[in-house]
Amino acid sequence: MLKTLRKALSSSAGRAALEFLLVLALGMAFNADGAFFKLGTHRDTLRQASVYGILACGMTMVVITGGIDLSVGSILGVSAVSFSILTMHMDWPWPAAVLACVLLGAALGGVSGGLVARAKLQPFIATLAMQYFARGLAKYITGGKKISTYVTAKSGEVVIKELPSIFKDIDSRILWGNLSIVSVIFFVCIAVAWVFLARHKWGRELYSVGGNEEAARLSGVPVRMTKFLAYAFAGIMCAVAGIAQAAQETQGDPEAGKDYEVIAIAMVVIGGTSLSGGRGSMGLTLLGILTIGYLQKILSINAVPEAWRLMVTGVIVVLAVLTQRRRAK
Amino acid sequence: MRALASMRGISKSFGGAPVLDGVDFDVFPGEVHVLAGENGAGKSTLIKILAGAYSDYRGTIELDGRRVRPVSPLEAKRLGIAVIHQELSLVPPMSVAENLLLGSPLVRAGFVRARAQRAGASAALAEVGLNLDLDGAVEDLPISSRQLLEIAKAVRLEARVIVMDEPSSALNAQDAELLFSIIARLKATGRGIVYITHRMEEIQRLADRVTVLRDGRMVGSREAARMPERELVALMVGREVDDRFPRHGSAPGSVALRVEGFSVRGADRSARPLVDAVSLSVRRGEILGLGGLQDSGASQLLLGIFGGLPGRASGRLEVEGRELSVRRPRDAIDAGLALLSNDRKATGLVLSQSVTANICAASLGRLSTWGWRNPAREAGLAARIGASLRLKAASLDMEAESLSGGNQQKAAIGKWLAADPRILLLDEPTRGIDVGAKHDIYQLMNEWTARGIAILLITSEMPELLAMSDRILVMHRGRITSELSRDEASAERVLSAAMGKVEAAEAAAEGKVRRC
Repeated sequence: MLKTLRKALSSSAGRAALEFLLVLALGMAFNADGAFFKLGTHRDTLRQASVYGILACGMTMVVITGGIDLSVGSILGVSAVSFSILTMHMDWPWPAAVLACVLLGAALGGVSGGLVARAKLQPFIATLAMQYFARGLAKYITGGKKISTYVTAKSGEVVIKELPSIFKDIDSRILWGNLSIVSVIFFVCIAVAWVFLARHKWGRELYSVGGNEEAARLSGVPVRMTKFLAYAFAGIMCAVAGIAQAAQETQGDPEAGKDYEVIAIAMVVIGGTSLSGGRGSMGLTLLGILTIGYLQKILSINAVPEAWRLMVTGVIVVLAVLTQRRRAK
Repeated sequence: MRALASMRGISKSFGGAPVLDGVDFDVFPGEVHVLAGENGAGKSTLIKILAGAYSDYRGTIELDGRRVRPVSPLEAKRLGIAVIHQELSLVPPMSVAENLLLGSPLVRAGFVRARAQRAGASAALAEVGLNLDLDGAVEDLPISSRQLLEIAKAVRLEARVIVMDEPSSALNAQDAELLFSIIARLKATGRGIVYITHRMEEIQRLADRVTVLRDGRMVGSREAARMPERELVALMVGREVDDRFPRHGSAPGSVALRVEGFSVRGADRSARPLVDAVSLSVRRGEILGLGGLQDSGASQLLLGIFGGLPGRASGRLEVEGRELSVRRPRDAIDAGLALLSNDRKATGLVLSQSVTANICAASLGRLSTWGWRNPAREAGLAARIGASLRLKAASLDMEAESLSGGNQQKAAIGKWLAADPRILLLDEPTRGIDVGAKHDIYQLMNEWTARGIAILLITSEMPELLAMSDRILVMHRGRITSELSRDEASAERVLSAAMGKVEAAEAAAEGKVRRC
């Protein structure tokens, strides 16, 4: 028994699973008069973790190359306002608007990727700059105001337009109200990221570049392209997350996604994907997403004041990362 | 006259393997004492003991007749021993003055006394006759000035014994002259200098005394005047070549790889070129050995041919009669080349990945369909390659990190065999692996050449070079100094060429070897 446990804990997956179970146990102990045992709680947990989870999918790719992306929250914001403007104000059909947002996200992510891969900027710096730039872009596009169905006409008259149906569709639920479409989108993102990481040549190359860049280069791996694509992929995930966020809020907020990068990074790292690169997986990230998602939910159903919630989250992130640290040989 | 430093009966082993065995070594004031020996003879270990890098050695060290036992580099420094390594200990973004006083800044109440610092720094530069801008950042200096600055730093710390480990290896001829004049000044002030070099020319010019190490033992120590070149080489080689290396008779075919006028410049523009207009060719089924001591440029030559030094390599390459332009490793791989790099952990394997992933790393494109990997095909290839290399692993899915050294090396070789190369560039294929695994690799080299693969082999082990090569080119400071057939080759001839002696008769006959 003890031996099986020790063996399970010798792998990152085992430790990530244990962390998740501990958080669930915490929920059972502090169940807020049984609220934790209600299906609705779990449904909401998943829904609320979904947007962060989508960001974490892209973040995983970048972190596996040994990089980091601090711009995901800002690119989410650009995407949220762009999608809102295109569908609400410009009456674009939604598939065209989605495509435009995805291309924009890929372009912004790609700029970070280019700066890292070609100009050899440190990922921290390149994406910090992109964080500012994209946030500024979101404010420029909107003039700093939230984009909603209230449209000011040229005459100065305020018209209330009808909310495009895509907003309601994304924010709806299936399976008798138990699964939010945003969560479905999240699962699709996880699946896409997983299939690339585990089954595509590019996924393998992400690990090689993160594990030993020089060895990868001398094995003929296109190091620069591999890194560039990781950031571009993260940008696409931001675009998708931004659309989901806009739908949930039924508006495009230029401040949307602020500080989300920190949560996305925490999810990836708690899963056990190494910030030094070369190790990790989508499965681990999924466990990390659920761990953080549940932790937030448990704190909120117990009505823990925000001040305490932040401090507890900080402590738990440190504890989780400490348990994930590989023992030096 | 009493010795400045005197080491007696120094022994040291690494994990049970003796590296030094009862070595005596002295440095007198005002002398340059050259420490000579082949790669792995124990020179660095001896120096490191003097510099306090190891504490678990046997034997005694006396400084000025006083017993000491430095157990840290800092303590050795305080005792007046300075070591100038090839990896420099300067802080690149700091200024020349700050670097000179690093570790012993002039302070008052915790604040740096800037004016006194400058005065101290400029005095230190003056003492070695070096003219540098005190406020300039060290990172803006050429590598040669940094090397000389390192010496000035040692002098300022009142080092009495200064150890220089191949100090001229990165220097061009002009800077080397400056180095020699600094050494002359240091001698005149009564300091003792331990000088490690692989250049015969430097030994003849600088040495007052020469001590030769071989396989961890002191095999000869005498005044330089009484150590003629031939005897020095004989002392360094010393051992008979046995036939542990089973090289089967070869029948070289057509030319597989031709290299003409190939050069690699240093990372630093002012440094001498690492490879200087080298031309060679290797035939199918032939093993061409590249001999040379540390910094001969052979590794950079292979790396450059393979496209691993973009922007720094130039020259003409021909593979099987067709001109090839290599801008990145992928171009070379596609042309049928493979480079086994000399450090499997740093540049060969991705240790965090599975053995299978490592073996398939250079062939992923071929193994995948539209970029989608085929794990079954990869596993099949890895199993086949693993078996042919007699690679022992509990599972090919385990991380390469957990393999033993010999099996890691086989995984690194496996990566290239999987790519089905026609020309193998092998840089130290048997470094750091056990005898059994070495033997396996020699067998494999025979099998590969029998299949018509051409091999360029770098090895720092003389017996291996002599036994496995069908032909040997010896390099010294980026140039080929000798070409020897299997029958002509001897340890003495290889070694003296590796130390810079050009075989004049051959050079004239070949017409392509230039004098250094």
